[in-house]
Amino acid sequence: MESFIKQLTEKYQHQSTQLLMILREVQAQYFHIPKLAIALLVKELHIPKTQITGVIEFYSFLSTEPRGRYDIYISDSITDHMLGKHAIADYLCEKLKTPLGTIRADGLVSIANTSCTGLCDQGPAILVNGHAVGRLNKAHIDEIAALIEAQKPLAEWPTDLFAVADNIHKAGLLLNESVEKGAAIKATVQRGITETLAELKTSALRGRGGAGFTTAMKWQFCRETPETERYVVCNADEGEPGTFKDRVLLNSYADDLFEGMTVAAAIIGAKQGFVYLRGEYLHLYDKLQSVLALRRQANLLGENILSSGLNFDIEVRLGLGAYICGEESALIESLEGKMGVPRNRPPFPVTSGYLNKPTIVNNVETFVAAAHIALNGAEWFNQHGTEKSKGSKVLSISGDCARPGIYEYPFGTTIRQILADCGAEDVLGIQVGGPSGTFISNKEFDRKIAFEDLATGGSFIVFNNSRDIFAIVQNFTHFFAHESCGFCTPCRVGTSLMKNQYDKICTGHGSSGDVRELQEIAKLIKSTSHCGLGQTAAQPILTTLERYPELYNNKLKQISFEPGFDLDGSLAIARMLTGRDDSNAHLAQVEEE
Amino acid sequence: MSHITIDGQSVPFEDGQTIMEAATAAGVYIPHLCHHPEFTPHGSCKLCTVNVNGRCVSSCTFPAQEGQEIANNTEELNADRKRLTQMLFVEGNHFCPSCEKSGNCQLQAVGYHLNMLDNHYPHFFALKKVDASHPEVLLDRNRCIFCALCVRASHAEGKDVFGIVGRGINKHLEVTSESGELSDTNLEVNDRAAHICPTGAILVKGTAFKVPIGQRIYDHHDIDEMSLGESHE
Repeated sequence: MESFIKQLTEKYQHQSTQLLMILREVQAQYFHIPKLAIALLVKELHIPKTQITGVIEFYSFLSTEPRGRYDIYISDSITDHMLGKHAIADYLCEKLKTPLGTIRADGLVSIANTSCTGLCDQGPAILVNGHAVGRLNKAHIDEIAALIEAQKPLAEWPTDLFAVADNIHKAGLLLNESVEKGAAIKATVQRGITETLAELKTSALRGRGGAGFTTAMKWQFCRETPETERYVVCNADEGEPGTFKDRVLLNSYADDLFEGMTVAAAIIGAKQGFVYLRGEYLHLYDKLQSVLALRRQANLLGENILSSGLNFDIEVRLGLGAYICGEESALIESLEGKMGVPRNRPPFPVTSGYLNKPTIVNNVETFVAAAHIALNGAEWFNQHGTEKSKGSKVLSISGDCARPGIYEYPFGTTIRQILADCGAEDVLGIQVGGPSGTFISNKEFDRKIAFEDLATGGSFIVFNNSRDIFAIVQNFTHFFAHESCGFCTPCRVGTSLMKNQYDKICTGHGSSGDVRELQEIAKLIKSTSHCGLGQTAAQPILTTLERYPELYNNKLKQISFEPGFDLDGSLAIARMLTGRDDSNAHLAQVEEE
Repeated sequence: MSHITIDGQSVPFEDGQTIMEAATAAGVYIPHLCHHPEFTPHGSCKLCTVNVNGRCVSSCTFPAQEGQEIANNTEELNADRKRLTQMLFVEGNHFCPSCEKSGNCQLQAVGYHLNMLDNHYPHFFALKKVDASHPEVLLDRNRCIFCALCVRASHAEGKDVFGIVGRGINKHLEVTSESGELSDTNLEVNDRAAHICPTGAILVKGTAFKVPIGQRIYDHHDIDEMSLGESHE
């Protein structure tokens, strides 16, 4: 192990910022992070042990206990559930004789749940040793089980198992045509840097990750900082359940992304860029590396790019399963080889980001749009969209519709139009913008995709009338509790309290007081949490409570008086002490009618 | 000098000061647990949440700026703070009557200050490890509230004995030694990190009952009187 760790740390030049990349390789080699490896890394990287153990325990795809040699994670997103995840998971577990959440005695297989893997249009999905397999059915599972029992290395598995389709059903401004390689960089140099920034300002481009900050303003703030070492970071940590449009942009429009990042580097004056790629998208890693290599050969990256005097290069770094790293300051912490805990702001990343240097962090789609604007100009861009939301939005559509996949629309498009295009019928509601967004009902089809109405990072999950709202909200609420980084009190404790409270109502043990309590916790988490995760974690509950009060009322126990004391709840301690949870260990508040 | 307004009172501030710093200098108490004037603000407990021009911010990390109208000592904010304190109580295992820190504990004192009379939320009953390996210092994780003051103090001492690791509700305090035990770290009893804990999670052994219960700080003073000078220790 000594020589393995030594070679590995040499490969990464003993940089502690590379801790995640290093630990990823250790995990792949030993199926866990052995104690000895931790001790060796402390010496090689000169960092405290708690930084390493902190990272191991923080990220879902690392573990201190051995996982199976074939380590399987089942995507547990609501969209997977709708595509039959439970039955598929049962079959997989039975076939491999490994119950969910366990490691087989011979150490060959381990199976666990994981958050959305970004294959919502082609689920149910799993990750096998990090590699995505979508459209899972019983025949696939039979095939996979045979390969595993025969201990065939993943490299020898049929490649069609790992095929991931783009599923682009409607292309618009960005997806119709890629920018010709180098054209946006050339246009930027010819027009002038300041002039290109002005063009970007005129285009009124706003961040496509969901928050909608004006891109030109962010880049200008960064450019005006006194520091000279600056960084360009692409947020490709698309973790919002139901979102997969960046997967497609990275797979088929990577040149546009890198072009946009290079334009950004020219504008802010950066020499180094990073793509922070979510660990679930490991299947895109090699492809992105080869696109980067081709760009270096074509002098579109590296020294003196296209003889313009511009020096810039891009490195891809992988995440390891943590939704919170989509938050820009948590992403920066992760890039530095730490736990993804959001920073206090101010200072904002534009003045103090990666290694405390000025840094811009933008979504994949934002950079792609910027490349097009740099080439085609602001007018070409902002004749599309609405007054306050210019241009187009790429949506990831999944759930109950005939044609799930990628749809690009000008801002201002109505929900009705989108539903017609993707073939959705008998609709109950839509989760717009993912769990952190808004659940809209079937009375709101005239609303529009726009920052001033329904802002979205791109997730669009359709539910038909056969779906149970409680099951949906429960899945989302569990998701947030699982993904909370745990830094601040309201999110760390509150999301768990909210989860337990929601489960209580879902299982029919709630009274009207419980809904009030739920609402109170939800509002507290929303108003006092440290970052966007906590501030939006209660969205599924709050937006459905607002729209379907009668559903919640019907779910409550019909009791004739308002209880001032939760009899059954107060028995929780006794149940805990006796290890019992059977029906006789529960008491009804009053005789049920 | 520039001014902010806290609950209608004009409070002067210097450039670069946080709201908490300006308030403390002017003798205005804002409830807090993870804040300590000698260390970099952390902003994790959220007890110091105030309302600035309609928006909730952590006063320990948010810079004071001209024109800020700040609500602090309001019924609504104190109700939120009470709930946050109750969250800390149910997350850990805080049994004041049997805790050596009782009477000198800031968590308990904040509970008194906010008129917290029960836990309100269901208890988590989390299993937490106690580390009594060190000859002079006890680490009881049942009482840790993740304020990271020990982490910050130990880092400032160049030792990095403590670290908070893990994610979400599974977060826990770890020590930097191969065995994971406090006795194998280079923590010494006179280190600041051994004395900074606002609760009873890190205690110096053999000192527990030198001051009898009934004669301790918060047995006689509200935390709002003590905290402005940070004279808890």
